[in-house]
Amino acid sequence: MLVRLKVNGEWREADVWPGASLLFLLRESLGLVGSKNACEQGECGSCSVWLDGELVCACLVHAAQAHEREVRTVEALAQGPRLHPVQEAFLEAGAVQCGFCTPGLIVAVVDLLERDPTPGEPTIREALAGNLCRCTGYAKIIDAVKLAAQKMAAP
Amino acid sequence: MRIHLPRTLDEALEIKARDPEAVPLAGGTDLMVLLNFGRLRPPALLEISRLPELRTWRRENGRFFLGAGLTYSRILSSLAEFRPLVQASRSVGSPQIRNRGTVGGNLGTASPAGDALPVLAAYDAEIVLVSAGGRTRRLPWHRFLVGPKQTSLAPDELILGAQWTVTRGPGSFSKVGTRNAMVIAVASLCLVLDEDRRQVRVALGSVGPTVLRAPEAEAFAAGVLGAAGAWDDPRAPVPEAALEEFGERVAAAARPIDDVRGTAAYRRHACRVLGRRALSWALADRRLEH
Ligand SMILES: Cc1cc2nc3c(=O)[nH]c(=O)nc-3n(C[C@H](O)[C@H](O)[C@H](O)COP(=O)(O)OP(=O)(O)OC[C@H]3O[C@@H](n4cnc5c(N)ncnc54)[C@H](O)[C@@H]3O)c2cc1C
Ligand code: FES
Ligand code: FES
Repeated sequence: MLVRLKVNGEWREADVWPGASLLFLLRESLGLVGSKNACEQGECGSCSVWLDGELVCACLVHAAQAHEREVRTVEALAQGPRLHPVQEAFLEAGAVQCGFCTPGLIVAVVDLLERDPTPGEPTIREALAGNLCRCTGYAKIIDAVKLAAQKMAAP
Repeated sequence: MRIHLPRTLDEALEIKARDPEAVPLAGGTDLMVLLNFGRLRPPALLEISRLPELRTWRRENGRFFLGAGLTYSRILSSLAEFRPLVQASRSVGSPQIRNRGTVGGNLGTASPAGDALPVLAAYDAEIVLVSAGGRTRRLPWHRFLVGPKQTSLAPDELILGAQWTVTRGPGSFSKVGTRNAMVIAVASLCLVLDEDRRQVRVALGSVGPTVLRAPEAEAFAAGVLGAAGAWDDPRAPVPEAALEEFGERVAAAARPIDDVRGTAAYRRHACRVLGRRALSWALADRRLEH
């Protein structure tokens, strides 16, 4: 099955098994391994990407559902050597341990801050309810979101 | 595996008529899990998540039509007037799941725990089915949801949406789960007051083989409001004991089982509490409005 999609601003093609997910296509066909594969059942959020601007679990999108559509992944966030403010904030706040959940969380946090630049704690918790982390205990992740919001608000 | 990517509903229905084995794929939040784990290997998939005809809603002659392809996120941002539906949509999964999951998919899966289903039951919704040539069939929700994960969808049909009569009056959806987010309901309840018909309607989720209504509790509550004069005067007090009795009757309508998420006894208790609370919230909302 040939799928054509725009990934991080560039049109790409991939020939995948007809049962494949968007996550499989991104990782195995296009070599974009930033989105992680952990549960394949929508529970952990580590595969979060944007599909036509909406935050989704790439493991639950069929590859064909991304045909002729736009996908944005965690790889689009850093500009060369310059990290996205949310990525910086995660490092500074110590919100990264093993790092497995981090790309999915970063994408979910960028999605949140693009919609709500000054979220309160309940909003942050609700927005990140679909992202699991085995290591950090979440307190530092929430600190990182607040720090990122400050960084992004600063001129 | 054959993959069909129709651009219009008509095209999709023609494909369904020719290839009835093709499994409709909407948000994929139920289906892709099965596919990823090899629990389902359909001979064909029919991608319907982009069909504009399923992603709409409209009001006509006092009736409201909700397209099967509306996602929970879309309901949250656009349909605030249906508060119980919005509350149920907000309780589904996570932002990622709500951005993809649809009410049509909730109906298609027909899980007794589907959060949109008690709401449709309390609204007395009809499920609108469609097949090639634009032929439609309308079934009351209880004739569509016929058992756990069982519907009366025919092989050549798609779910077009759900339709109900818009009523005046407060209502709510509430859900008990093992944590605050990302949970399957242990018990859920939708209560809707219909001020014009003087009806109280209650539907329960996760406590039976499919969604259930609680007709005895409904009749009891309507009678209590009548006896207290509360239909005419929202400030008329309704005795606390009647609210308790209502909760008892709601619990009596449940047909729960023990499973990993909760015991039957706990589920019954949850129905009692959810029922009493939902009615007292509705009465408080009526007082606020006046
Ligand atoms: C992590 C996670 C959390 C979840 N949490 C909840 C929750 O809290 N509450 C809840 O209720 N559900 C929950 N779900 C289940 C799921 O999100 C819902 O059931 C959702 O409504 C399914 O919609 P969909 O569009 O993704 O369906 P799909 O997976 O695309 O389809 C589901 C079924 O419906 C059929 N179907 C879909 N649309 C049509 C149509 N128009 N005509 C005919 N058949 C159709 C499909 O063929 C399939 O059999 C969760 C799922 C996941 C993965
Ligand atoms: S891998 Fe997609 S949500 Fe876990
Ligand atoms: S840092 Fe290890 S899973 Fe989150």
